[in-house]
Amino acid sequence: MNTPTPPLVRRRSGRIVAGVAGGVADHLGVPVTWVRAAFIALGAMWWAGALAYGLLWVFVRQESAEVTRATPRRERQQALGLAALGVAGALVAAALGNDLVGWIAGPLGVAAVGAALVWREADEGQRRRWTRTGGRTALWRTVAGALFVAAGIAVFLFGQLQLGQVQFALLAVLATLVGVGVLTVPWWVRLVRELTEERRERIVETERAEIAAHLHDSVLQTLALIQRQSDQPREVARLARGQERELRTWLYGAGGYGIPASDAGLTAALAAAAAEVEDTYAVTVAPVVVGGDRPLDEHLRALVLAGREAMVNAAKHAGVAEVSVYCEVEDDEVNLFVRDRGSGFDPADVPDDRHGLADSVHGRMDRHGGTVRLRSTPGEGTEVHLAMRARTHEEAAT
Amino acid sequence: MTEPENTIKVVLVDDHALFRSGVRAELDRAVPDVSVVGEAGSVDEAVAAIRHLRPDVVLLDVHMPDGGGAEVLRQLRPELPDVVFLALSVSDAAEDVIAVIRAGARGYVTKTISGRELADAVRRVHGGDPVFSPRLAGFVLDVFSQKPGAAPPGDPELDLLTRRERDVLRLLARGYAYKEIAGELFISVKTVETHVSSVLRKTQLSNRYELSRWASDRRLV
Repeated sequence: MNTPTPPLVRRRSGRIVAGVAGGVADHLGVPVTWVRAAFIALGAMWWAGALAYGLLWVFVRQESAEVTRATPRRERQQALGLAALGVAGALVAAALGNDLVGWIAGPLGVAAVGAALVWREADEGQRRRWTRTGGRTALWRTVAGALFVAAGIAVFLFGQLQLGQVQFALLAVLATLVGVGVLTVPWWVRLVRELTEERRERIVETERAEIAAHLHDSVLQTLALIQRQSDQPREVARLARGQERELRTWLYGAGGYGIPASDAGLTAALAAAAAEVEDTYAVTVAPVVVGGDRPLDEHLRALVLAGREAMVNAAKHAGVAEVSVYCEVEDDEVNLFVRDRGSGFDPADVPDDRHGLADSVHGRMDRHGGTVRLRSTPGEGTEVHLAMRARTHEEAAT
Repeated sequence: MTEPENTIKVVLVDDHALFRSGVRAELDRAVPDVSVVGEAGSVDEAVAAIRHLRPDVVLLDVHMPDGGGAEVLRQLRPELPDVVFLALSVSDAAEDVIAVIRAGARGYVTKTISGRELADAVRRVHGGDPVFSPRLAGFVLDVFSQKPGAAPPGDPELDLLTRRERDVLRLLARGYAYKEIAGELFISVKTVETHVSSVLRKTQLSNRYELSRWASDRRLV
């Protein structure tokens, strides 16, 4: 083999028990089945294979999470079969063999199974899952493992010693454990506090970086652009307006700071339409929405589009710097008012070839069962009132 | 209202010096009857300056470190009932703005307002009339909207707007001036101002429970 020998790590994916056999096979460059077979063979000799496996499990670190490999179904079955064979062989050997194997396979075997359970739970890859979801199963498994260990050790001690000695030994062990626990309390507390503090700092740091990144991408870029174009007031105003709107949405928008608005409802659609008109025609369009949001259906979409056309008309023809937009969402009706204080016009004088109002506003609203009321006084401005009956969910479904 | 008897003394409270000097320049240049007599950049400075200078009108920023406009109002409102506060905010968060209004500000305008309109707003609050921007009218309508399933009103007399008040607020939110509202509803400008005043009073007195519930419904708090 010309390729360098890979370092000894335990497999993370495609493992049967703890990935030790696979890791050893990778390291030695031999088929994984041979390694497993070797562990089994050693296992029959006074559990040496199991001991070796356990020690490797404890001391060899796990490979990184990026490495993935698939385990064929056949190999998995084969490996499980080998494992069962190994356990059975070891038990047979214990039954046939001397006392030493007998007591290792008995109580200490139970303790070993318990320890394996706990270790598996505390395993690097599992620990992360523990803190998040499925914490309960992990906890139960750990508790069960601990009970196994305790029971195994207790049986072992009872078997080996006189009752009086056991009492004394148990008391001594208990007293030592309690003493150690009490003595190390400050240390535990400090550890927990330091971990919490570190986590908090990391969160703050992440947040700071996120804000810095956002400001860099938005405000700083715009300011740089404004400096370069300071001789074009119209363009500067357009840039500033767009940036103000963007930052405002980010700070105070529907989703709160930093969180993009999740639902593209009526409010968001209106705001988007107003923003487009602002940018295109260099006027301020200030939308005010009352009564909460509502998901867009085709009728409300038509309402927004008609409203957008009304905003465009106001921006183009009224000759003003600001257009007011007011939307009131009621249970059964949505009313949208687009108003300017501009030049105004006489609706009767609008020539027939002007499609904006006729098609985009009246036509759209008519097709979706809405109404349009237009009020305009020359010299005092124009108001377009669009009303759309809001459909309930049942009506919308049919 | 256009002929000033004497100048209106104004104190500017905002933590951004650049913004203060901008507003001061605009007011001093364009408006002879409004004069900026002092500035403050923090809550403590503001409390000290207002106590000392006794201005007619305070232009109050909503967002400041160490408490913001609501804190200034909390400290000075009971002590100086004659000083009128006008919130001047860049914030779009309804909850901030409503908080300042509740603490006793007599109006709310946004920072994008022009100098002339700002001077007009100062004159109006000084004359005793509340000043609402369309956006604030929208916020207030939302606070008082009686949706099915919304929190029960604590005190019906305070928590409900009369139909007329609601009409006035709607027109305000649609961008109408007081004079235009008067023409629209066939009432006098004075009556419009009375309605808006009583809306303001109700906003300041209506129970906190409903407001906080409304705010949390909208994920504002």
